[in-house]
Amino acid sequence: MNDLLLMNGYGLYVWSAFIFTFFSFTLLYIVTRSQLLKERKKFFDKFGSLNVEKATFAKNQSINREILSNYQKI
Amino acid sequence: MFEYLKPNKIFAISSKAPKYVLILFIIVISIGLSEALIFSPEDYKQSHSVRIMYVHVPAAWITLGIFSGVTFLSIFGYVTKIKNFFLIAKSLAPSGFVFNVVALVTGSIWGKPTWGTWWAWDARITSMLILALFYLIYLLAWRIFDDKDEVFKITSIIAVVGAMNVPIIKYSVEWWNTLHQPASINILSKSSIHTSMLFPLMIMTAAFALFSLLIFLMKYNTELIKIKNKGLDRL
Repeated sequence: MNDLLLMNGYGLYVWSAFIFTFFSFTLLYIVTRSQLLKERKKFFDKFGSLNVEKATFAKNQSINREILSNYQKI
Repeated sequence: MFEYLKPNKIFAISSKAPKYVLILFIIVISIGLSEALIFSPEDYKQSHSVRIMYVHVPAAWITLGIFSGVTFLSIFGYVTKIKNFFLIAKSLAPSGFVFNVVALVTGSIWGKPTWGTWWAWDARITSMLILALFYLIYLLAWRIFDDKDEVFKITSIIAVVGAMNVPIIKYSVEWWNTLHQPASINILSKSSIHTSMLFPLMIMTAAFALFSLLIFLMKYNTELIKIKNKGLDRL
């Protein structure tokens, strides 16, 4: 375990490179996901405020139907 | 052929795919990390510091691949006038930029024990920094310009000009005297890297590629929903 952490004195460099990489990945994932959820929420709010006629018209578009029915949580 | 590139066709897949790509990424990265940090051997010269290669090299490969992709998509979009190409290019750029930053930072960390310095203004490192600036300008252009035709034109120009830097990055270690070592992996000739190191490198590359696919899918979905939100406003 000590060998894995210290790596002949190179541990600080190796671990900081890996930690920086995965910190960047996590940050990018969180930011991208929160943007997606924000837009999705906006879509549902807007769709909910439409009257029946407009909602029926909007539902004719396949992407709208996809967002409403098939969109899975990520 | 372009029928399959229509937003509704892609969205039918991209709205469901992220969950599965994320699971696959976690599996592949777990294998890659255990290979890179535990099972792969240390280098006879660089000792354990060589392990930084397993994050540095895949990040550099993928950022170059993404920028080339962004350029081709922008050119196709401009020639065919199919806006979806621009949308795909725009969705690819954020992960390309992050991979570029990762390549620069991990390269800098690797430089300290290997060359004795965090940074050197040599051809490879400087050209990678220039690529990061092109990514940044490309992403900023999408934020700054509202007019669609204008933004398509400007981002295409940025991508094409930035792409000229890609071969410079690739051949910088051959054209100039640099601190950076020449390529150890060649597709056309024999690679100078041992299979015990090549295997974890390939696994980590696959994991990074899956991560960029995951971010691309999420970003593409966000962009499409944004367009649909504007459509609902117009109803």
